[in-house]
Amino acid sequence: MKQFIAFVRKEFRHIMRDNRTLLIILGMPVVEILLFGFAINMEVQNIRVAFYDPTPDAFTTGIAERIRQNSYFNYQGNMQSMEEMEVAMRKGKLDLAVVFPQNFQESLVHSGKAAVQLLSNSSDPNRGSISATYATAIIASFQQEHTKLIQIPFQIQTENRMIYNPLMKSSYMFVPGIMGLVLMIICTIMTSVSIVREKERGTMEVLLASPLKQGTMIFAKTIPYMVISFIDFIIILLLSYFVLGVPINGSLLLLFMIAILYINLTLSYGLTVSTLVDKQVNAVIFSAITAMIPVLMLSGMIFPIDNMPLVLQALSAIVPARWFIEAVRKVMIQGLGITMIWKEILILIGMTLFLLGVTIAKTKKRLE
Amino acid sequence: MKAKVIEVSGLTKKFGNFTAVDHITFDVKEGEIFGFLGANGAGKTTAMQMLCGISMPTAGAGTVAGYDIIKENERIKRNIGYMSQKFSLYEDLKVWENIRLFGGIYGLTDKVIATKTDALLERLNFREERNTMVKYLPLGWKQKLAFSVAIFHEPKIVFLDEPTGGVDPAMRRQFWEMIYEAADQGITVFVTTHYMDEAEYCNRVSIMVDGRIDALDTPAELRRQFNADSMDEVFRQLARKAKRGD
Amino acid sequence: MKTLKFLIEKEFKQMFRNPLIPRMIVMYPIMVLLVFPWAVSFEIKNIRIDVVDHSKSTYSKRLTDKIEASGYFILNDTPPDYRTAMLNMEHNETDMILEIPSSFDTDMVKNRTSGVGMAVNSVNGTMGLLGSNYITQIVNDFSSELRSELMHTLPPQSRASIKRMAQIDIVPQYKFNPSLDYKNFMIPGFMVLLLTLICGILPALNIVMEKENGTIQQINVTPVSRIHFILAKLIPFWVVGLVVMIISVSAAYLLYGLWPVGSVLAVLFSAIVFILSISGLGLIISNYSETMQQASFLVMFFILILILLGGMFTPVSSMPSWAQLIAAINPFSYLADTFRMLYLNGSKLADVTGNLLAMGVIAVILNGWAVFSYKKRG
Repeated sequence: MKQFIAFVRKEFRHIMRDNRTLLIILGMPVVEILLFGFAINMEVQNIRVAFYDPTPDAFTTGIAERIRQNSYFNYQGNMQSMEEMEVAMRKGKLDLAVVFPQNFQESLVHSGKAAVQLLSNSSDPNRGSISATYATAIIASFQQEHTKLIQIPFQIQTENRMIYNPLMKSSYMFVPGIMGLVLMIICTIMTSVSIVREKERGTMEVLLASPLKQGTMIFAKTIPYMVISFIDFIIILLLSYFVLGVPINGSLLLLFMIAILYINLTLSYGLTVSTLVDKQVNAVIFSAITAMIPVLMLSGMIFPIDNMPLVLQALSAIVPARWFIEAVRKVMIQGLGITMIWKEILILIGMTLFLLGVTIAKTKKRLE
Repeated sequence: MKAKVIEVSGLTKKFGNFTAVDHITFDVKEGEIFGFLGANGAGKTTAMQMLCGISMPTAGAGTVAGYDIIKENERIKRNIGYMSQKFSLYEDLKVWENIRLFGGIYGLTDKVIATKTDALLERLNFREERNTMVKYLPLGWKQKLAFSVAIFHEPKIVFLDEPTGGVDPAMRRQFWEMIYEAADQGITVFVTTHYMDEAEYCNRVSIMVDGRIDALDTPAELRRQFNADSMDEVFRQLARKAKRGD
Repeated sequence: MKTLKFLIEKEFKQMFRNPLIPRMIVMYPIMVLLVFPWAVSFEIKNIRIDVVDHSKSTYSKRLTDKIEASGYFILNDTPPDYRTAMLNMEHNETDMILEIPSSFDTDMVKNRTSGVGMAVNSVNGTMGLLGSNYITQIVNDFSSELRSELMHTLPPQSRASIKRMAQIDIVPQYKFNPSLDYKNFMIPGFMVLLLTLICGILPALNIVMEKENGTIQQINVTPVSRIHFILAKLIPFWVVGLVVMIISVSAAYLLYGLWPVGSVLAVLFSAIVFILSISGLGLIISNYSETMQQASFLVMFFILILILLGGMFTPVSSMPSWAQLIAAINPFSYLADTFRMLYLNGSKLADVTGNLLAMGVIAVILNGWAVFSYKKRG
């Protein structure tokens, strides 16, 4: 035990002495949670709109005025021709074009029918369809006011309630995701690179020859990382609560427990990576490839898992961050208790044990 | 009287409050084997790095191969070879690839490199290892190769930083034979070491203690001055004054 | 100039001695393009809904059927009360709850108006918003269905006024991506992502690796010029980046039939300008790092910022203005924009010159900085 503590101390001293690395490890999450927490926003805003209106009249100018006044739209001017419109769109300078036919009001009044064309730049389908939807809603409400009907009968009113995130803030959705992503990257690179570095320099062999048992030694090596990662988690949590205003509706203790389980899991993953490669470059490449993109794409951080094809849903099940993010969302935002997240907890523990098993098996083989 | 190829005065290097090299003044003559001795941390490597133009002096002046060490450091580099304490060939390149790379860097043409490489491998008895990755060579071989690469472009001066660290005595002797051969060709050799028996092989030695040069002369003259039987004893007498540890 | 040849030769040899790197260059783009575009979709289908039907009338049943038949929703459960439905939501078994009051049909017939209540899990704001929009739309459709059915119960006067009601037809046309296929939008983004990862990480680790191995010192005592040294580091990554691009463009075509509507040469050319800037960034990181660990943290840090603030997943225009300023110096956002324009909008090289110019300026600054921050003398 004494040896063990001495060893942990040595590892701590080793890390504390490297000021620059420490600064990076502790500063990185701060910058990222602030940047991403404030900047990432799924809402479609600032839609650049232009009008083509060959024969302006009370209706067309009315509709145009409505759209211009709407805060989602950013008016770019009136176009003189369809060609001008096409060019602007191709150059990516325009998101939506509202095209009125000739003599709009006349045909509306006389035949009771007139068409407005909405050309939406849908290279981003989400943005494209949502801009069209916004414009449609504005035109529809304009129409309702001008049809001079007091009330349309047989209307069904819908009353909406947004649960858990009434202001629809993107940060509610992203903060747990960013936690999962940042911890994954830091922990995996930290452990895998530092252990592979010792392998590269041959100091690992010296350590393995020490009287400490191999498992104990690796455990001792990871303790300082565990502490640092947990500090990172606390920093992120404090910033998201106090600065980003993301609530902590559930139990703080439970949140800590999830964090510790997840940190252990990511550190174990780093250990596993370190047994698979023998160069630091490869440890970084491997960690980056396996830790970053899958977390971004398959953890539900940005893209809902339910929408994915079944194969990818299955693939996402082996992404550790997915379970962490789900558990954090449930506890932090939905305020649920441990009975609602036992599945996630079990999976996190199970994955950790599996990875540790692989690591031990691999290390044994190498030494024999 | 031979020309001086290295001449420095008051050369100093500080890192913050710490003075690694403290006003050293000396010169080295053409064709000489100059031993640069000192305990670990005495400032040998830092001093050598200033001469090679990879460390900027805090104070002092000097010339190496006729060029100013402050302003003309890139010119100096054309005329020197360097082999560092840490083995510094590319481990993931083959033997011939390392030779080719450094030959090319010093401006030799493909043809010259090819013929010189053959001759070199022949001389070192390395023909078999031509295509061996450097990391698979034994340490002594690596150091022989590193030295050969350092003088491949026939520099005026070659700087050797602890060239024989960690190799067995037999290999060290072979290595020193190579150094003598180089000196015979007219290459000035500037070598740091902490093996005192090697100091005896040098024409002149300087001994650094705590960043200063405390003694500088031929080995025989130093032994006489300090009334000692061996360089080892000279060194121990001087080292006793040292305040810096490792 | 001659030394450059030897240095580049060395870099290529070293690169290919690490078996992981050539494998990554070939396999990784294919893998990423094969798998991940499928994960990306905001078209929300399969929203799970619980309908709490207190009315249990013909109308409420019709509405429920209509929702189920819409294709957007999966009817998860029809619990007896709101509390049970809420429990389902907490268990993450359902995303939405529709509550139909017991007076739904009587209100409709007697008062000619009625209402329903809806609760949406909005942790994912976009999904919540879209889900509730879909429901509102279905409910509106349903009410106009009822209107035409129940028209005869209205007094003749209001019947006439409904008939006279002028109708504006709104015809949306989705340009450049008429099927609203998200994959088409994301694939060019993934190409930028691949370039960023490969041509960012490898250079970032390169010089610092020479520092750790001590070989940099050997180079520093040689007369190699700083520009040659940095160029020799950069050129192999430009080649690698171009190979990655060629593989990616081919993979996108073979896997998804996606080919730039604009010119493919413009795609490759803009990629080169981007690679120049991103590999410059990598080398700067390498120059300022002491260990590979530092370099790898820093490069991941910057890559994440480049990607997440570069409009890969969320539109730059939705970001606050300070973040848009960051996007203005972010080569990622310029290339993502350029690729999407070339691939989908059918833009020509001339249409993207602004972006290319911006990336070019960034590249010059970053590479100048890379040369400057490489110090041969300490």
